[in-house]
Amino acid sequence: MSILESSALDAQQAADGQAATRPVEGHSQWQLTWRRLRSDRVSMIALGVIIIMVILAIIAPAFAAITGHGVNTAYPIQGENDAGNPVGPGVNGFWLGTDSTGRDLFVRILYGARISLFVGVVTTLIATVVGVAVGLMAGYFGGIIDTILGRFTDAVLAFPYVILALALAVVFRPSLTIILAVIAFFSWAAIARIVRGQTLAIKEKEYIEAARSLGAGPFRIMFVDILPNLLAPVLVVGTLLIPNAVVFEATLSYLGLGIQPPTPSWGNMLADASNFYQVAWWYLAFPALFLLITTLAFNLLGDGIRDAMDPRTERLIAARRMRQRRARDRKRAADAGQGPAIPDTVNG
Amino acid sequence: MASATRESKPDDDVLVRVENVVKHFPVKAGGFVRHTVGQVHAVDDVSLVIERGKTLGLVGETGSGKSTLARCVAGLLPVTSGRVIFNGTNITRLSRAAMRPYRREVQMIFQDPYSSLNPRRRVGAIIGDPFAIHKTATGAERKRQVQELMERVGLNPEHFNRFPAEFSGGQRQRIGVARALALRPKLIICDEPVSALDVSIQAQVLNLLSDLQHEYGLSYLFIAHDLEVVRHVSDKVAVMYLGRIGEAGPAEELYDKPRHPYTVALLSAAPAADPDTAAARQRVILVGDVPSPIDPPAGCRFHPRCPKAQEICGKVEPPLVRDDSVPPPAGDGEPGPDAGQPAADVPGGWAHVTACHFPVVPGESLAAVGAKGELA
Repeated sequence: MSILESSALDAQQAADGQAATRPVEGHSQWQLTWRRLRSDRVSMIALGVIIIMVILAIIAPAFAAITGHGVNTAYPIQGENDAGNPVGPGVNGFWLGTDSTGRDLFVRILYGARISLFVGVVTTLIATVVGVAVGLMAGYFGGIIDTILGRFTDAVLAFPYVILALALAVVFRPSLTIILAVIAFFSWAAIARIVRGQTLAIKEKEYIEAARSLGAGPFRIMFVDILPNLLAPVLVVGTLLIPNAVVFEATLSYLGLGIQPPTPSWGNMLADASNFYQVAWWYLAFPALFLLITTLAFNLLGDGIRDAMDPRTERLIAARRMRQRRARDRKRAADAGQGPAIPDTVNG
Repeated sequence: MASATRESKPDDDVLVRVENVVKHFPVKAGGFVRHTVGQVHAVDDVSLVIERGKTLGLVGETGSGKSTLARCVAGLLPVTSGRVIFNGTNITRLSRAAMRPYRREVQMIFQDPYSSLNPRRRVGAIIGDPFAIHKTATGAERKRQVQELMERVGLNPEHFNRFPAEFSGGQRQRIGVARALALRPKLIICDEPVSALDVSIQAQVLNLLSDLQHEYGLSYLFIAHDLEVVRHVSDKVAVMYLGRIGEAGPAEELYDKPRHPYTVALLSAAPAADPDTAAARQRVILVGDVPSPIDPPAGCRFHPRCPKAQEICGKVEPPLVRDDSVPPPAGDGEPGPDAGQPAADVPGGWAHVTACHFPVVPGESLAAVGAKGELA
């Protein structure tokens, strides 16, 4: 509502030809962060990779239709060579080759991306909600609540999670729900710890006292006054939790405790590929490559967001300085008589 | 605001009555087993009254307990003992729910305009908070009221979408004033509202506070360490030292004829704008530091630093005694001993009271006596 009004005001002022008064719309922390993030090339590439990966996962059925290869359909004739081994990339219309039973590797990787990204995002969301709630309560209320929640958080962080995951998967039948539950259970503690620390610092601020003097209750203070100040660190940690969850899912599936065949997941594909890599390198290489690129992109984006939130971060400043130096050098070289100056597009 | 907890007949002139308020903070030590090793005597047995539509100034050094006292009056800190009676209602032991109506009547303005505004929320949301918390206005009506408030305190109402970081210190303090004013309180507690501001901005904010007082009939509890600021805004002034009130009285009376040696020293330490005044004045330089409030001195708390201290000062706590040379104000009539009248001997009342065994008499030079201190 407010944004609409102020932009309407803006338009009116522009119509009146009054350029002197700027529209009175504050730049939020997010606008500034986004502006800084956009100037960071690594982050933008990482973001692009993630977007492409998400789109590929969403439109995976389209590729199944284009190639004419179903995700779980085996092609014993075209998909296997005379020895019964997988065929390589490009052979018989299989873009990235086939797997051990002659299924289209590319289509299966895209369907695997759906699982990986779904698990990564959903578990991170659950972990963030739980972690923020636990951290806020522990930090704000303090005392016995803090002690109980804090020890519980420590216990979760100290727990050998693969062992518990194995045990759970043995007791319950492996399923997507169990995977989500296990990964979320081991992810929230990191967020809770950061949120608790920040809450302890913020609750001493005068504006919290101001809210109390106005009669705000503890939950209003936690969610209206403290939470907005926590979003920055939570966003960073959350972005870095996604690749962890993706790898965690792959690990569980690799161990046979995660996504069960024939549903494809990067983890169970890698597990199967480990028996075939000597005759079919692509079977191991491509799922691993997708896993690597995805987790790397999320990690780089998380780092970039963290840097963009904190304008003093060295990396961005160093990068900007380097770009400026490079542009200056180029200009000097151009001025030295190597023809017309190359327009300085990089620095713009 | 009829309430079951009403203690006594509310006297017409007094809005807040603080009775023997004590606030101690436990000092804890130990890693695993936390145990109390001492008490910080932040506020010790303080009584005062705040009259309707008037300003009570509270001065004292850092650590004298003035901010703690303010937070006790605001109901932000539970008192260790004693009572705070607001408009005839004892509010010292109320639950959070029972406290809510009182929260509307008492608001605070904070010292630091940078940390008292949430940096992640827009100004409109900050000033609209009182309406949201007390559910008095929503949506367009809330926005209208917020913009009205912004205009009233001298801010551009178009700026309601901005963040606190986009305002100067003085503008931020105006935002704090607007927030405090939102629910039309009876009392505003100003905790050093201008000490973080430029001198030129201080005057603007003080004038704003003064205008608002006349317009809305507000009462102020005004805390500051700048004596000139307190003199400018206050009707009555109380001087705190180490958790106690040493001297209190009508502002002009107290500034012209200070009777407590600490007040004299405090006044002589304030820089004077006029060089002639400054030259003519005798500085009283106190020796030593403020003693620890964990283990305050026996007797008069000021005696270890007092140039006039004698043996009795270290043994007997001097009570607050009225200076009988000051006649009661004519307009108020003769204050009788019966309850209902503003108690004369309570700080904030009309009388000039001093807690000192050997009060300074007009014309007495403390600096000469201070030689004892300088030798030490």
